[in-house]
Amino acid sequence: MSHDPSHLEILRELLNGQLLGVLGTHHDGEPYTSLVGFAATPDLRRLFFATGRATRKHANLVADARASMLVDNRTNRPADFTEAAAATAVGIVEEIGPGERADYEDIFLAKHPHLETFVRSPSCVPLQLQVSVYMVVTRFQHVIELHFD
Amino acid sequence: MPLVVDLRASEASDPGLVGGKGAALATLARHGLAVPPALCLTTAAYEIFVDAASLRPVIRQELGRKNFDDMRWEEIWDTALRIRNRFLRASVPQVVTAALAERLIGDFASTPLAVRSSAPGEDAAGASFAGLHDSFVGSRGIDEVIEAVRSVWASLWTDRALLYRRELGIDPDRSFMAVVIQPLIQGEVSGVAFGIHPTRPGHLAVEAVHGLNQGLVDGTIEPDHWAIDTATGGIAEHRPPESRRRLTLTAAGTEIDDLGEAPAPLDAHRLGELAAALRAVETIFGSPQDIEWTIDAGNLVLLQSRPVTTSTTDESDKRAWYLSLTRSLDNLRGLRRRVEDDLLPAMDREADEIAARDLDSLDNRRLAAEIEDRRSTHDRWVDVYWREFIPFAHGIRLFGQFYNEIVRPDDPHEFMNLLVGTPMLSLRRNQRLAELAAAIRTDPQLASSVQRGELDDSNFSARVDAFLDEFGDAVYGHRAVFEDRRGLIRLLGTMAAAAPTEQAFGANDVHEMTAAFLAAVPAARRQLAEEILDVGRVSYQLRDDDNIHIARHKALVIDAVDEGRRRLCSTPTAGEEITDPDQVVAALRHPNLVVEPPPEPVALETAEGIRPQPRQLVGQPAGPGVATGPARRVTGVDDLFDIEPGEVLVCDAVEPNMTFVVPMASAVVERRGGMLIHGAIIAREYGLPCVTGVPDATSRIQTGDRLTVDGYLGIVTVVPRPPDEHTEDRHVAD
Repeated sequence: MSHDPSHLEILRELLNGQLLGVLGTHHDGEPYTSLVGFAATPDLRRLFFATGRATRKHANLVADARASMLVDNRTNRPADFTEAAAATAVGIVEEIGPGERADYEDIFLAKHPHLETFVRSPSCVPLQLQVSVYMVVTRFQHVIELHFD
Repeated sequence: MPLVVDLRASEASDPGLVGGKGAALATLARHGLAVPPALCLTTAAYEIFVDAASLRPVIRQELGRKNFDDMRWEEIWDTALRIRNRFLRASVPQVVTAALAERLIGDFASTPLAVRSSAPGEDAAGASFAGLHDSFVGSRGIDEVIEAVRSVWASLWTDRALLYRRELGIDPDRSFMAVVIQPLIQGEVSGVAFGIHPTRPGHLAVEAVHGLNQGLVDGTIEPDHWAIDTATGGIAEHRPPESRRRLTLTAAGTEIDDLGEAPAPLDAHRLGELAAALRAVETIFGSPQDIEWTIDAGNLVLLQSRPVTTSTTDESDKRAWYLSLTRSLDNLRGLRRRVEDDLLPAMDREADEIAARDLDSLDNRRLAAEIEDRRSTHDRWVDVYWREFIPFAHGIRLFGQFYNEIVRPDDPHEFMNLLVGTPMLSLRRNQRLAELAAAIRTDPQLASSVQRGELDDSNFSARVDAFLDEFGDAVYGHRAVFEDRRGLIRLLGTMAAAAPTEQAFGANDVHEMTAAFLAAVPAARRQLAEEILDVGRVSYQLRDDDNIHIARHKALVIDAVDEGRRRLCSTPTAGEEITDPDQVVAALRHPNLVVEPPPEPVALETAEGIRPQPRQLVGQPAGPGVATGPARRVTGVDDLFDIEPGEVLVCDAVEPNMTFVVPMASAVVERRGGMLIHGAIIAREYGLPCVTGVPDATSRIQTGDRLTVDGYLGIVTVVPRPPDEHTEDRHVAD
């Protein structure tokens, strides 16, 4: 067995250690990416984030809930090509319902306490990406998919 | 930062600039000890070179393919080979060449030069790596010196250097190399001396040879050895070599003379002088030293000094042993004679003797003893394999290094193309199978009977028997490959239904490539090149053949164990579930033994509700080309006969005894890594894309998954098999 940490460990480290991810959405075939603060649930099945109701990404998600989010630990050095890890989550985005709001705030604000005013603003939409698969990339090109049954 | 310094200059004391060897020589010179004049091409020149050629990202990428601790020695060697080739192909910036050229005057212009590695930190107390990097003797003029300098720089990334420096993280941003350049002193006697004897406390050690000490350092020439009492200076031991030989410089490089009854190279007076020199350098550096020296026109000259080597290798890490198996051509010639003339015939003779014993005539206790006897014989030959055959594999490495230095090819493994077509036993076996398949292909009646799993044709049946007589001893894992004749018939039927496979290169291609290589070698070194190629070919052949020879002994063990299992199946307390030979022996001796079931295999990577699925796996490029096809995961003998033409062979370790299925495959993927492993060797014979060193290949890839094997980049892309997929295949290898 290899000495490398398992891809699940790498994924957990990325999701817990990184503050921001790149959200990928689209509208009528026009791709769009945006940097968002996120937090993962302990079972890694959901990624919480938030956006203003008037944003382009929100409009895109209302039109098509399919989205992806890239989370990585690059440091903008040449060594990133071999040392950085990245995970792309793919799934469906939905708005947090009233029954899930407490969980959402506990998890999201524990990681981003400075976003409390933003998250509680009436114009902010709390969202979750329901992940169906993660693609974990290490060593530049080594790719393992982690599927949720 | 200066690019070239005189080692007598004040800045020469900075090991960060001139390296460990350079700083030590500068210190010796400052204290008035006799050392040759020396220039040092500093680490600043190395940095200019690697930055101009963008080598740091290359090194990082090569080292980043997998966790270094997971690399086998073959993979470390391949990694080093690829890095070295990039160094050899890179241009040295004019600013460096010009800075050095203007200093090559006086003695540096009129005599051959020694070009020596001097890495910062390599000679620090507690981390001394004697002989880790390369040095070259005999360079003349700026062009030859620059060639040698580039090779010295590249030697910062040799396989052994990588292994020894792994604790430092092997960071290309923190790895540097300076180069010491000295007029070569062609001393009448040379040697090494150690301030602490490696095995006799309270003593010094001196080793000496006639001529240059290059032969002593690389192990080609056995030296005279002395142990000297540190307190009294008396000679406690003198161990002469079996024969005295001398290495001298020639136009083609170096040559070795047999000196016959020549006297010992040192007398008591000289030994006393060397003991005094060791004391002097110990006082200067504050710790016992290991020195290289020579005697030039009667005067003792110190060539280098470093702290006595302390091993920092992990004793349990066997890779250090493998990579220490550097062998000179002379040494390999001797090993070849021993392997070809003595060991292989003896191994076969003993197998013939054992095969003649009648197992049926033995009672259970005697059968148990026979199993143990066969196992101990097999183990003895396995031990010979490690001691004698594996070191001989260095012949391939030696040729590869030589070829790359001469040709500097795009593909650092191009040299393997000159080794293919060597008459290996596995290729002869595959050829026999191809002939049998061709007979089926042209005879519809025979094809029909083979399809039914029957052999009505007595003539063809006799040919199959003849094949089994010659190659029936093949073993894979713990089972005989051809134990079930029906599996072989099925395989022949599959082969006959597919198009015939040819080897990648015909004899003419190899002949042409060989001629082109030899034409590129300077005339003075051509004979040497031919000898190195010859040794490389024999080494390549033996690397495969030795496994087939040794498999005969393994097959004899399996025969006896199977006979035991067959007898035990008829008893009520033990039976088919016994697979461990120890348990078979115990059960034969103790009929009431209760057998423990084997442990369940451990799952690879699990978490509740999460299913890992490979998408793209990175390994080592081991055979050029790209192919797509369904995976055939082979984990045992039964899987071998299921392989269909065009499938990608996926296995933990391709063994020579199973490579008969390779010609039908479209590509090869193997967990075990490296170019010198059997999977890579046989894939190259048939021109198949091959990726080796894919971690957990057989756990992550399932039979039927659609794979694309990129043998240029060392990448395997996986698309899981849809539930109803048929076995269409597509071969796009080039």
